[in-house]
Amino acid sequence: MIVQALAFYAFSAVAIASAVMVISSRNPVHSVFYLILAFFNAAGLFVLLGAEFLAMILVVVYVGAVAVLFLFVVMMLDVNFVELRQGFLQYLPIGATVGAILLVELVFIFSAWAFGGGTLAAPAPDPTEIANTHALGNLLYTRYVFAFQAAGLVLLVAMIGAIVLTLRQRVGVRRQKIARQVSRARAEAVEVVKVPTGQGV
Amino acid sequence: MDGLLREYFPILVFIGIAVALAAVIVAASLVLARQRPDSEKLSPYECGFEPFADARSKFDVRFYLVAILFIIFDLEVAFLFPWAVSLGQIGLFGFWSMMVFLLVLTVGFIYEWKKGALEWE
Amino acid sequence: MPSFPLPPLSPALPEIFLAAASMALLLFGVFRGERAAREASWLAALALVVAVVLVLGGGGPRQLALYGMFVTDAFAVFMKVLVLLGGIFAIVMSIRWNEQARIARFEFPVLVLLATTGMMMMVSAADLISLYIGLELQSLSLYVLAGFKRDTVRSAEAGLKYFVLGALASGMMLYGCSMVYGFAGATDFATLAATLSGGETLAIGPLVGIVFVVVGLAFKVSAVPFHMWTPDVYEGAPTPVTAFFSVAPKVAAIALFLRVMIEPFGGYVADWRQVIWLISVASMVLGSVAAINQSNFKRLMAYSSIGHIGYALIGLAAGSKEGVESVLIYMAIYVFMNVGTFAVILLMRRNGEDVEAIDDLQGLAQTHPALALSLAIFMFAMAGIPPLSGFFGKLYVFMAAINAELYVLAVIGVVTSVVGAYYYIRIVKLMYFDAPKPAFDRPFGAEMSAVLAVTAVVTLFFFIAPSVVVDSAAAAAASLFPG
Repeated sequence: MIVQALAFYAFSAVAIASAVMVISSRNPVHSVFYLILAFFNAAGLFVLLGAEFLAMILVVVYVGAVAVLFLFVVMMLDVNFVELRQGFLQYLPIGATVGAILLVELVFIFSAWAFGGGTLAAPAPDPTEIANTHALGNLLYTRYVFAFQAAGLVLLVAMIGAIVLTLRQRVGVRRQKIARQVSRARAEAVEVVKVPTGQGV
Repeated sequence: MDGLLREYFPILVFIGIAVALAAVIVAASLVLARQRPDSEKLSPYECGFEPFADARSKFDVRFYLVAILFIIFDLEVAFLFPWAVSLGQIGLFGFWSMMVFLLVLTVGFIYEWKKGALEWE
Repeated sequence: MPSFPLPPLSPALPEIFLAAASMALLLFGVFRGERAAREASWLAALALVVAVVLVLGGGGPRQLALYGMFVTDAFAVFMKVLVLLGGIFAIVMSIRWNEQARIARFEFPVLVLLATTGMMMMVSAADLISLYIGLELQSLSLYVLAGFKRDTVRSAEAGLKYFVLGALASGMMLYGCSMVYGFAGATDFATLAATLSGGETLAIGPLVGIVFVVVGLAFKVSAVPFHMWTPDVYEGAPTPVTAFFSVAPKVAAIALFLRVMIEPFGGYVADWRQVIWLISVASMVLGSVAAINQSNFKRLMAYSSIGHIGYALIGLAAGSKEGVESVLIYMAIYVFMNVGTFAVILLMRRNGEDVEAIDDLQGLAQTHPALALSLAIFMFAMAGIPPLSGFFGKLYVFMAAINAELYVLAVIGVVTSVVGAYYYIRIVKLMYFDAPKPAFDRPFGAEMSAVLAVTAVVTLFFFIAPSVVVDSAAAAAASLFPG
């Protein structure tokens, strides 16, 4: 139990610290790395909660793919980030005010919070009885088939969108045409010329 | 709950060792080695002359397209894990549910392919 | 472990059909190549017409389907037909314009179809999860559509702005949903309504959750103070997309707004009424005041739509059956006025270039009398001049507010609609009393003339047979209030 508590505090502390670094570090590439660290720690927290599948997805999708995409975007935008930060201090007071108001609100809410208690309509199953991934699988494809198929459509839209917005056909580019290259016969590629001696081609 | 976490205990130990080892190595090089920095030593090295430009150059947007298509299929695969685990319980309906999902994404894949988004020029 | 057999799919038939049609169209387009844009557009319009038939055929008593994630009732049928009409008009109007702007690609109708599918899911959502997924399907398609003319900076900017702010709003809404779920332990509306109906007033947890959900929805309907994206996106997006934006997503989001507020949280009208009251007043005031200084017609329409959403929200603030009915009537009328106005904007091109300034309409009555007449009809209707349709929309909404004893709201509504009438009527004055500018490019195209004629006739002669809309709106509103 003590190990669990220690792990919780360690993961939370590192997650918060790296989240702070994400927004405060000077170099955007460093920000992305801190973000990855934050994802890892969030994954650790999920494991502590018994949500194994979510932890794995966080590592596979967010660390493995989304963070890479972030790096691409950071590299792709030729933005001078020092210049971008010029207004940072200028907007700090108003941002801090908004943040403080939200914090006070949250404190009020959570101090007056009364959870539903015994009324949970669909509680998460006990992880000792059934593995988290298994419990998800039992519901996701049948009970929640509507949301599942709709998620497929959302992914389809993402595909179409990415292509519509970024793909452009360049003209005058020689593409690889593997089938043509492989099926090319000797006869159309090479010409054997009989060169008479001393005359050249 | 404890049983589940016990299974993860080796990983926690592993992370602990990794962090400790990294800290020790950095600290050791800081403490044991002689530190005499000067401006030449600290400047970025590029074949003996001053660097021409920032190391960060613009990427082509095509890299981004590949990355985002990768994420989409990555997510698709993420949906396959729980499905594979509980295929025994969810029956034919569960099976065909996933097949329809894959069909939708295959339509997207055919679209990509025919559009030439997977080709590198 | 409970087993879940295949549920009956027939209630969701229109959605399934549209999703399948959009995929078939995608494959059709990609195999036909870029030339297929025109055929794809007409096929997409046909698919939407078929979907209208399916929706009307599937109407009936209230029916929960797909394990409580999806609901069909008279309300859903009414709103879905409006959404589909918006989609049909948008696609038909886009064909010629897209070709002239050289963005005629078959992805356009496919994305419109997918967005429409998402909107229909929103309208039929009976669960916080299906609500969110439908909303995302819709929004994601719309972000792409806003940036569809990717070679122009304005369109790309519109897409990016819409995406960033939209993602923020979605996040807020998801946060609110998670709070509601955390408190009530359920995501489906029926259980939520049962769980939350304990006390006199709502506990603070779900109340905050609802406020966050309202913020997300207010963004989607572009109600003040979450309207900032609207003018820029309306101006930057390609005009057929703007026409689509101003109609279909608004209807779907209002439908979602009504359903979420009435079904799970309907017992607590007193708790959320002040929030709706505030955004309604703010939208009406901003919509009528900020539009006065606009010189770009599309921007003007953005502010005008903000104002109209303010009026529609009056009916929600009433929270009664009559209030919901008035919102439905208002949205039905709004669809036709707005589509007609955008048809005119789409026809505004001179020497092959689009013109969007209001001043370009000067003297339109002399160069294009028919166009000027129809635009005058739409403008008078938007201003709420009797006997045009817009007057009835406002009338029903104000009556609902007065019967719910929201006198202040009704008075503010009347005052702002008088202020707003100024800029609508100014356009009529420009067209009829100013020296004419050079004529617009001809020909307009048969399909554009048809759209103009249909919308103008509906707007002008609504008063002859209002019962068609009013009766079905009453039935639709009744289906939201059980018992």
